Amino acid sequence: MKKWKVMMAAVICLAALVALAGCGGQDVKQGADNKAQQLSGNITAVGSTAIQPLAEQAATQFMARNPNAKVVVQGGGSGTGLTQVSQGAADIGNSDLFAEEKDGIDATQLVDHQICVVGMAAVVNPAITVDNLTKQQLVDIFTGKTTNWKSVGGPDQKVVLVNRPKASGTRAVFKKNALGDAEEAAGIEEDSSGTVRKIIKETPGAIGYLALSYLDGSVKTVSLDGVAPTKENITAGKYLVWGYEHCYTKGNPSGVADAFLKYLMSDDVQKNLIPQLGYIPSTEMKIVRDAKGNIKNK
Amino acid sequence: MNSRLVDRIATVIFWAGALVVIIILGSMISYLLYHGGKYINWGFLTRPSQVISAGGGIGPQIFNSFYLLVMSMAITIPIGLLAGVYLSEYATANKFTEAIRLSIETLNSLPSIVVGLFGLLVFVNMTGWGYSLISGALALTVLNLPFMVRITEESIRGVPGSLREASLALGANQWQTICRVVLPTAFPGLVSGVIITCGRVFEEAAALLFTAGMSSPPLDFSQWNIFNSASPLNPFRPAETLAVHIWKINTEGLIPDLRRVADGSAAVLILFVLSFNLGARWLGRRIYKRMTST
Amino acid sequence: MKKSFAAGAFSLNSELPGKILTTGAAFLAIISVITIVGFITVKGMSTFVVNGVSVKEFLFSTSWWPDRLPEDGGPQVGVLVFIFGSVVIAMLAVLFSAPLSIICAVFMTEIAPSWGQRFLQPSIELLAGIPSVVYGYIGLSLLVPFIRNSFGGLGFSILAGFLVLSIMILPTIVSVLTDSLRSLPREYKEAALALGSTRWQAIRLVLLPAARSGVITGIVLGLARAFGEALAVQMVIGNMRKMPMTILDPVITLTSAITMDMGNTPMGSLWNNALWSMGLFTLMMSCFFILVLRLTLRKGGVAR
Repeated sequence: MKKWKVMMAAVICLAALVALAGCGGQDVKQGADNKAQQLSGNITAVGSTAIQPLAEQAATQFMARNPNAKVVVQGGGSGTGLTQVSQGAADIGNSDLFAEEKDGIDATQLVDHQICVVGMAAVVNPAITVDNLTKQQLVDIFTGKTTNWKSVGGPDQKVVLVNRPKASGTRAVFKKNALGDAEEAAGIEEDSSGTVRKIIKETPGAIGYLALSYLDGSVKTVSLDGVAPTKENITAGKYLVWGYEHCYTKGNPSGVADAFLKYLMSDDVQKNLIPQLGYIPSTEMKIVRDAKGNIKNK
Repeated sequence: MNSRLVDRIATVIFWAGALVVIIILGSMISYLLYHGGKYINWGFLTRPSQVISAGGGIGPQIFNSFYLLVMSMAITIPIGLLAGVYLSEYATANKFTEAIRLSIETLNSLPSIVVGLFGLLVFVNMTGWGYSLISGALALTVLNLPFMVRITEESIRGVPGSLREASLALGANQWQTICRVVLPTAFPGLVSGVIITCGRVFEEAAALLFTAGMSSPPLDFSQWNIFNSASPLNPFRPAETLAVHIWKINTEGLIPDLRRVADGSAAVLILFVLSFNLGARWLGRRIYKRMTST
Repeated sequence: MKKSFAAGAFSLNSELPGKILTTGAAFLAIISVITIVGFITVKGMSTFVVNGVSVKEFLFSTSWWPDRLPEDGGPQVGVLVFIFGSVVIAMLAVLFSAPLSIICAVFMTEIAPSWGQRFLQPSIELLAGIPSVVYGYIGLSLLVPFIRNSFGGLGFSILAGFLVLSIMILPTIVSVLTDSLRSLPREYKEAALALGSTRWQAIRLVLLPAARSGVITGIVLGLARAFGEALAVQMVIGNMRKMPMTILDPVITLTSAITMDMGNTPMGSLWNNALWSMGLFTLMMSCFFILVLRLTLRKGGVAR
């Protein structure tokens, strides 16, 4: 009999909890609405997983300075970021690509904020003796015309392509700027830069590409047309395989979003955080590139 | 003679097969604990995770896992229990019962990624909750409901019919019999079933990627007001669980000590799963003993 | 306040609240299935309805070029390669896992019940409890290098994928099988033994055929689980969008394509819609498995 009472109490508590959760939900939503009207408080930044670490870290520092503001950073991918910011579901949409380059996004209503630049290097297995490739050689390798390292002056070893997933920003940037939009042959695809690096390190004859932030000496970088993938060459406009990390807002930002984007462009982030992550501050770039790929001096 | 030999060989094969499975499990667990065990310490379990620098822990992830567990079970248990009671006590062989059984079976075989996609569409996008604990909890409910129903049904099936008849004969109605006789008798089975379901919440990742999200905003553990958006209890904040964290750092991790965090988290996760399993057994047996002795 | 409300709702004297509550909860299961199927179907059909891709092209074409410009032949979304990958991996996993599961189930019920219940059954329950992310992680750090070093190739392969999967689906098959073996009348085995058959003959000729429905159910449920598994498989198969030639080639599945590209493609684009259609296909496959189960069991005249 006693046990039954205990069980009954448990059931009641559970029911109460469920009811509470339901009511609680509504209260919170109303609270958020009120806040939005007063323009104080909360914003969300959604999108690219490549900027996520940067944005999370910056948000933590930003919130430490502005205790009343709250920035929630979420991943989900560039497509999600662009979709949600266009729909108004998020205040900032993070993307690895220009909104113009993504299908199904109305880029005209979005305002682009270029936070930093990610350089990309073609990397090979350390046992490959090739140090330099011409652009045409690189294209031939990735399109599957060159299948053996012998034909580009390397050892007699089959080429193994390691790609990022087709929709990934890294891959799109590499394809556009290093391969001139040539279509890659089928290769292994890995969702993660860390795994790509691991595979290239361990697989004889492997070639792939990584953001400079992922280079740790375990794989070998290859120069393109004699230009090494270094920060200096990228900022000077000599090495062109790089892409912006964008933060998009719908219309011009205001309130917390504006303050946060300004903070991202401040010395605090540009001079400290961004280099620490292995990215290149967009303030240091001597050239600019537009959505169509045209490059001009700043 | 020949058939005796075949019988022996078969017996050997059966033992070998059983041993193979145990060895696979044993080596997997010892691999995980060996590689990750040395990283587990109090700091690792409580510190917040780092996004770019070394030395991060998994404190918020562990909290999120448990909180999500409580939230989803608070929804799953009542619904699953009642539906299970319906199926085992009230249901008659008709079209409605058939439809329920078919639904439960369908839910049971739904790939978790499909549930995740559904959650993304409905809980995340249509309701406007965004990636949030509540979306994750609801997606988990969809995944675990059939399991909970089955456990309830099985535990109730184990209740002797004589008990039920005695209660009815004493003049109790069916609902009274269920609440006062059937469910208490089925309690040990229910408890271990619930704990195993808890383990399933811990291990889920694919559905949560799309619903609870992959980010863990800093939690202010001094703020316990459930309506405050900085509160760890707020059901509308995004939350990354331990399993999702392993997935995330393996795919997009930039931290220099990725290996340490990944190995350590995997070991912690395995320890939790182990304790859920052993706990379910121990508790089930204990409650059974106490109930049969009184 | 809370208490009095609860006392009212949970009053035991009337039959009605119990009936309503339980029926409502059961009804919820039906509703959730209908909404899930409904939403995924509507979203998944948009590839065909909005973008005008023909179902035939989607299912039977191997050209997957969702990012190709219209001047180069337009975006194409043929997913045969993905379907092939999913089917091959799931089938091989079941082929590998089913015999081992039967061995384990028979071992636990017939050969060494006490030993089996004390060690094997908890082990198998633990296998079911290991998170799929952890399976993938172990596969990535142990199995893939092992395959690369001993069989050549890249390591990321069909082989790695189905080995990982076969361990993951083992508990599903075993639990269904043990249940049905245990529910067999004791007399079956005793009669067979009394007629002079050995234990193996009793198992092979009497018990397993009698537990036929359990075998079928276990295998189909295992197949369904293998087909829908996403993360663990994705970590070890290499995800190459090309028809595999050997078992050591990398391959890609429907689920891994969905997890990889879903977040990176904007909602409403053809690419994203195609991913939803793949989700719909996965859902339809799992409904199909249930249908198969129901039909075979009914046809076999086996009461459940």
